[in-house]
Amino acid sequence: MAARSLIDKLAILADAAKYDASCASSGTATRSSMGQNGPKQGLGSTEGMGICHAYAPDGRCISLLKVLLTNFCIFDCRYCVNRVSSNVDRARFSVSEVVQLTLDFYKRNYIEGLFLSSGIIQSPDYTMEQIVDVARTLREEHQFRGYIHLKTIPEADPLLIARAGELADRVSINVELPKESSLEHFAPEKSQPVIRKAMAGVKLRLDDARDAQANRLIRKAKPPVFAPGGQSTQMIIGADASTDTDILKTSTELYSGYGLRRVYYSAFSPMQDASLDLPPVKPPLMREHRLYQADWLLQFYQFERSEIDASTTNGMLDLDIDPKLAWALRHRSQFPIDVNRAPRHLLLRIPGLGAKTVDRLIEARRMTSIRLADLIKLTKTAKKAMPFIQTADYQPGGLLDTDNLRARFAPPPEQLALAV
Amino acid sequence: MHRISLQQHADFEGWRVQARALCSAKVHPSQIRFIPPDRDNTLLDFGVTDLPQVRRKVIASEDFMDRAARVACHNDPDRYDRLYQLLWRLQDTPSLMRNTVDDDVRWLIDADKAIRRDRHKMHAFVRFRKVGDTDQGREQFMAWFEPSHFIVDLASGFFTRRFPNMDWAIVTPYRTAIWNGESLCFAPGGTRDDVPEEDCVEDQWKTYFASIFNPARLKVGAMTAEMPKKYWRNLPEAALIPDLIKTAKGRERNLIRSLNAAPNPLAAKATYQPRRVIPDQTPQDIPALWKQVEACRRCDLWQGATQGVAGVGPKDAALMIIGEQPGDQEDLAGQPFIGPAGQLLTQALTDAGLSREQVYVTNAVKHFKYEVRGQRRIHRNPTIAEIRACNAWLEQEIAMIKPQLVLCLGGSAARAVNGKPVKISEVRGRPMTRADGLPFFVTSHPAYILRVQRYEDAPKAYQEMVADLKAVADLLAA
Ligand code: SF4
Repeated sequence: MAARSLIDKLAILADAAKYDASCASSGTATRSSMGQNGPKQGLGSTEGMGICHAYAPDGRCISLLKVLLTNFCIFDCRYCVNRVSSNVDRARFSVSEVVQLTLDFYKRNYIEGLFLSSGIIQSPDYTMEQIVDVARTLREEHQFRGYIHLKTIPEADPLLIARAGELADRVSINVELPKESSLEHFAPEKSQPVIRKAMAGVKLRLDDARDAQANRLIRKAKPPVFAPGGQSTQMIIGADASTDTDILKTSTELYSGYGLRRVYYSAFSPMQDASLDLPPVKPPLMREHRLYQADWLLQFYQFERSEIDASTTNGMLDLDIDPKLAWALRHRSQFPIDVNRAPRHLLLRIPGLGAKTVDRLIEARRMTSIRLADLIKLTKTAKKAMPFIQTADYQPGGLLDTDNLRARFAPPPEQLALAV
Repeated sequence: MHRISLQQHADFEGWRVQARALCSAKVHPSQIRFIPPDRDNTLLDFGVTDLPQVRRKVIASEDFMDRAARVACHNDPDRYDRLYQLLWRLQDTPSLMRNTVDDDVRWLIDADKAIRRDRHKMHAFVRFRKVGDTDQGREQFMAWFEPSHFIVDLASGFFTRRFPNMDWAIVTPYRTAIWNGESLCFAPGGTRDDVPEEDCVEDQWKTYFASIFNPARLKVGAMTAEMPKKYWRNLPEAALIPDLIKTAKGRERNLIRSLNAAPNPLAAKATYQPRRVIPDQTPQDIPALWKQVEACRRCDLWQGATQGVAGVGPKDAALMIIGEQPGDQEDLAGQPFIGPAGQLLTQALTDAGLSREQVYVTNAVKHFKYEVRGQRRIHRNPTIAEIRACNAWLEQEIAMIKPQLVLCLGGSAARAVNGKPVKISEVRGRPMTRADGLPFFVTSHPAYILRVQRYEDAPKAYQEMVADLKAVADLLAA
C-alpha cells in the first residue's frame, strides 16, 4: 500500500473525530506569549473565553483541530466508527505530523489549539504515551501556549493520565453510555468502574492543584498546573435503550462526584460501515437538545433531578417543548410570578427568562417598577413568559388556566407527507 | 451650536477630553455635534459659541466609562453625541447605568454588545496568509479583514499576545495594524489586493473543514447565526459551504445504508483482554478480597460509586475498627477513613494512646451511598438490606484478621457485627460478646461528632469517644 499523503490522513482522521461533540476552548488559565519585557519564545495564548474560528454547516463550532492520532483500534465498541470490526479506511499520524499541522493552522489563526484523541493501538498505555508525546512536543519543544484538550484512555496507567493533565488545558474521559449494562453489551472492553476511577483520579489531582494554588506561601510562586480547563465527558444519545432519566442520573453523579465542567451529549449518528446491531437512523438531534436544556436547568437554574424526572413521560423529556416550560405547565399553581417582587430562584423558574435576563431584571427593578414593555426590552422571549408572570401593568388573567396552553408553545403536529 | 471634530473613527480619548470640558461648562447635549471621520457633516449648520463659564465637577461611573471606550468604535455616526447625552444625564442620576430598561442605557448596552461581538468575530475570522520569511528567519503573515465597526485598535492586542514572534499585518478598509516583533503600529486602510491570494496550508484547512462536518446533522441556520454570510468572502473554507450543503442529504442517505457486511479481518487479531470477569469466590487474603469487592454486584450501590473500598491495616491487627461506609473522599481515593471523619478518628486514637497504624480499619458497607444535592454528593445511610448484602465481605475480613476486639463506630457497624439493631447510648463504652464469642465494643461514629448540631456539644462528644477508645486500649492491654 502506497504511503498516504498528509492531506489524505487528515481527511480520514478528522472524519473519524467528528463524532466527538466537544470542541470547547474556554475556561482555562490565561496565557500570553508577551512577557513583561517583550515577546517570550514560542507561540500562542489563551484568554479565558473560547473562540470558535469557524462553523461547519452542521452548526457546530470549529475551535480546535480535532483529530485522531490514529483510527486503528483494538476495541470493538459497536457505536464507534473506528471499532476493530469496521471496514473503514485507516490511517495513522506520526507525532511530528500532528504537531506540524497544529502549528501551521494556529499561525494562520484557524484554531485555538488541538483536541487530540485516538483509537487504541497495541495497548492503552502505548496509545496514551503517544498522545502525551504530542502535547509534550508542542509545549516543551515549541513553547506552544494555545489550548490543548487530550482525550485520555481510562484503561491507561494513572501516571500517564496525570502527565496528560500536566500538559493539557483539559482532559476528558468519555463515559459513552450511561449504564454499565449498556457498556457490557455495546462496548465489551469498557466498563463504568474503570472510567469512574480514572475520572476520580483526575478530580483528586485537580483538587490538589487548586489547594496548592490557594496555599502557596509566596504569591509569585508557581505551583504545578493541572488541567486548568478541568475535565469533561461525553455520552452517546440514542445508541442504546437508556432513557433521558438514566442519562441525567449519570450526568448528575458525574458532575457532583468528579467536578466535571461539562457533560456533552452526542446524538448517535449514522456512520460508514455501521454495526449490524445498531442499524443507523437519523441522529436524534432534538432529544440531544432537550438533554442539554435539562442539564442546564440542573446546573444553573437550581432545579433538582427529581423535578426534571417528574416532567418526563416514561423517562423521556418532552420533545415538543423545553423542559422548563414542561415543568411550569405541570406546576401552574406556582404562577403567575410577580417579576417586581419574586426572589431570584423563583424568577429562574419562569419559562422564557434566562439567567442573564433575570439578573438584569433584578438590577432594573431596584430603579423602576417593571412594566411589560420593560420586560420586552430585556428579552426577546418575553412572549413565552407572559402566561406565567405579572408586572406592574399586566396580569395573565385566565391565560394560565387555559387547557390549550401547551398547544400555544408546541409545534403544530407534522403534516404527513403525501406520496406523489 | 458646538462642533467638535474627532481625528480618528475610534477616538475615545479625544471625546473624553472634549466631553468633560463641555459637560463641566453645562453645555446641553442639544448644543453639541461630535464629528468623527465617518460622519457626513455637510448638512449641519454650525454657529460658533463660546463655552459658558459655569464650572462643575464631572462624574461618570466606571461601568459607563468602560462601555463608552468600546462604543466609541461603533459605526453609528451619532455615537459620540449619544455618549455625551448619557454623560449629561449621569450628572443628575449617578446610578443611571443600573436602570437597564432606560432607552439611552439600553442603546449603550446593545451597542457595546455589538462591539464585543465584532471584536470577537475579528479574533475568530482573521485568516493569515504567509508572505515569506525575513532574513532573520521570522515568518511574515498578512490578512485582509472587513470588520463591521471601527475595532482594529481595540482588537489588535489579542494578536500581539498570541503571535509576537511572527511579523504580521491586518489590512482593513479603514485602517491597517502592523506588528514587527517590537511594536504595534497603525497605518491607513488598504484593499484586498494588498494581501496574497493564497497560502500553502489552505488546502489542508479546507480538507479539515469538509471532513469535520457531519452531513447527518445539517443545520444551516445554526451555522449562519454564528458565522453570518458577510464574513464568508474572506474565509477560505467558506467557499466549500454551498457544495457541502447540497450534497449533505445524499451523503446522509448513503451513510444510513452503509452497513457492516463482514467484520474487518483485523478484528481476529485484536487481543485486548478486558478485566471485567472475576469469578465470585471466597478470597484467600485481603488483596484478593479487594478485587472481589471491586466486582461485587450483590446490591445496587456499586452503580453510583467510583469503587469498592475494603479495609486496610496489618493482617495480624489486634483491633479492628468498623465504620459505616466510605464517604466522598474515600470513594474517590479508594482508601477507607481518609476524609474528615477519618482524620478525626486518627486524632482520637492518638489521644487515647492508640496508633492508627496498628489498627485494621474497614466499613460495614463497601460502596459509597449518596444522593446528589446541587453540585455535591451527600452521604445517605445504607438500608438494612444493603448492610446484609455486604456482610459476607465483612465477615471474611473478620475471619482473616482474627482481631482480639472489634470496635464498631455507629449504628450501622454495630448492626452489621451484631446482626440486630442497638441503641448507641445504651451499649456504648462496655465490652460485649457476640454469639460466636467475638468480643466487640460500640462507640459513636466520628462523622456524628462532626455533625453534632450544637457546637458547644462537639468537644463533649469528642471526649466521650476518646474515653471509649481508652477503655478499648485498656481491654487490649489486659
Ligand atoms: S455495597 Fe457491598 S454488597 Fe453492595 S455492591 Fe458494594 S460491596 Fe457489594
